[in-house]
Amino acid sequence: MSPQPAPPSTETPLHYEDALLRRILKEVKTIAMVGASANWVRPSNFAMKYLQGKGYRVIPVNPGQQGEEILGEMTYANLADIPDQFDMVDIFRASNAAGAIADEAIAVADEKSIKVVWMQLGVRNDAAAERLEEAGLITIMNHCPKIEYGRLFGELRWSGINTGLISSKRPRMRAQ
Amino acid sequence: MERYQHRSYFIETPENESPMSKKPNQSGDMTAEPAPYGIETLAIHAGAQPEPVTGARNTPIFQTTSYVFEDAEHAADLFNLQTFGFIYSRLTNPTVAVLEERVATLEGGRAAVCAASGHAAQFLAFFTLLEPGDEFLSSINLYGGSITQFGHSFKRLGWNCHFVDPSDPENFRKALTPKCKAIFIEVLANPGGVVLDLEAIVAIAKDASIPLIVDNTIATPYLCRPMDWGADLIVHSTTKFLSGHGTSMGGALIESGKFDWAKDGKFPTMTEPDPAYHGLTFYETFGDFGFTMKARTVALRDFGPSMSPTNAFYTLTGIETLPLRMDRHVANAVKVAEFLDGHAAVKWVSYAGLKSSPYHQLAEKYLPRGAGSVFTFGLKGGYEAGIKLVESVNLFSHLANVGDTRSLILHPASTTHRQLTDDQREAAGAGPDVIRLSIGLETVDDLLADLDQGMSQAGKK
Ligand SMILES: Cc1ncc(COP(=O)(O)O)c(C=O)c1O
Repeated sequence: MSPQPAPPSTETPLHYEDALLRRILKEVKTIAMVGASANWVRPSNFAMKYLQGKGYRVIPVNPGQQGEEILGEMTYANLADIPDQFDMVDIFRASNAAGAIADEAIAVADEKSIKVVWMQLGVRNDAAAERLEEAGLITIMNHCPKIEYGRLFGELRWSGINTGLISSKRPRMRAQ
Repeated sequence: MERYQHRSYFIETPENESPMSKKPNQSGDMTAEPAPYGIETLAIHAGAQPEPVTGARNTPIFQTTSYVFEDAEHAADLFNLQTFGFIYSRLTNPTVAVLEERVATLEGGRAAVCAASGHAAQFLAFFTLLEPGDEFLSSINLYGGSITQFGHSFKRLGWNCHFVDPSDPENFRKALTPKCKAIFIEVLANPGGVVLDLEAIVAIAKDASIPLIVDNTIATPYLCRPMDWGADLIVHSTTKFLSGHGTSMGGALIESGKFDWAKDGKFPTMTEPDPAYHGLTFYETFGDFGFTMKARTVALRDFGPSMSPTNAFYTLTGIETLPLRMDRHVANAVKVAEFLDGHAAVKWVSYAGLKSSPYHQLAEKYLPRGAGSVFTFGLKGGYEAGIKLVESVNLFSHLANVGDTRSLILHPASTTHRQLTDDQREAAGAGPDVIRLSIGLETVDDLLADLDQGMSQAGKK
């Protein structure tokens, strides 16, 4: 799920430990999705619906949709306007817009109790990541939480995708 | 929160599962690549996990056409591709999915879709790439059936293939046209002995911003991993060495995940809203596995050449021993080729594993574990002697296949390459005196004795 496919990067490749991604996806409950679209065929709408189906609350942030509902949730113009607390910011905007959103997240991090800032597949802003890490926020770039959830919790491989996971353990079925 | 939770369960991967890395990166450093498992381990484990409900260790054959939805919304989400899951086995099946992930992993790719045969996988690749009127380049050193598929049947769909002599890679550059959307090659080519300069051809495809498709059937990912050299797509006839026992038809299409489909507007099927999928844009929505998603949810959905779960099961079982089998296939092939090379009745042997082969250096570069076990040779007695040999052998089976445990023999000009013109046959390495062998896993001395007695019978007037 990417807002804009990025050209193959010449920057250092990103690698995040599966244990870190798994911990984030297990601990996070509420996500502010910046750039969430009301158009149901857009990737952000797909990701929002999927994450809702997995039990997350997703709060859309999109100035163009301010005051309207997307998938049953009220949309806000920016992070500061969201009345509730949220654990994670998911950035569905172009890489060059991610810096300003990161700074916004840093500014309200304590008040909103933000722990993670996650930039979507195709979104990468190394300078912003440095500021976020300095502010104590876990930062993930160029990944999609929907795809990573599907990968780490067993669904992505149903579509023939290389999950990179090898295990002889019996997966546990857990009631939600 | 009730309304967010329409799924009744989720599958939790146990905590101590390891990522594809033996040494977890403790430092949290974002740049280190994990050390990969070896290919023997991956051939057995990739894609497969114990079945969660029963604990079955081997991958079950999910012999079912369809899957019960949890509720109406789940059904709608699946049809919209908004969530992952099974609908109908024309699209996805749990047994086939294990095979797909396994071949994707072995090739170092991001994703794969399987098909009923190698030819079906090729069709899925080109239907996902091309519009009517588009063109592509293909090496002339190909399996004869592929030459016919590209040259005749694809033409009727408006896809125009230009065949290129690959002995000088620059020939591909010269043959490029503005409408060319892909280059297709077999690095280790069927019927025999030819190895292409993969790295040079990758560079030409990159310069032209078009994907390089490699048919890796004859080499297998054990002998050559074209994506490590920069190939973008791989197709397989899993019918051959991957299933490995002559039991099961099948094909696979694998994507590297590294090709930029959006770069210069050449691939609207990937980057523009798809009317066959309510305006979904595949590259944008699925990123580095968008090509596979499109091949599956449009080409496979609408044309229907799906792999059966039973064939996927046989193929998975075959792949578990691929590394062992390929080592023995290669060892036997080297001995047979050397034997033929020194035999009085033999005029020539084309096997890239022989030091005398003009392709020996390329083979050492791209196929360091060996040049496979499919190759050709010619008898001094020409066409007549060749036909007689094929009919005189007792262990070698006279049939149209390669990559079996059994050793196979064939006269391509009158069989697999029959539909071609004389010139095409010569160019493809399937002239009138050519005999093709696929060396199996029998006791090698028995194979030598069988060929020896066959050739002495063929020498009799
Ligand atoms: C190199 C190669 N590619 C493709 C094919 C076609 O595969 P299938 O027969 O599975 O359709 C073959 C079959 O002989 C082959 O040898």
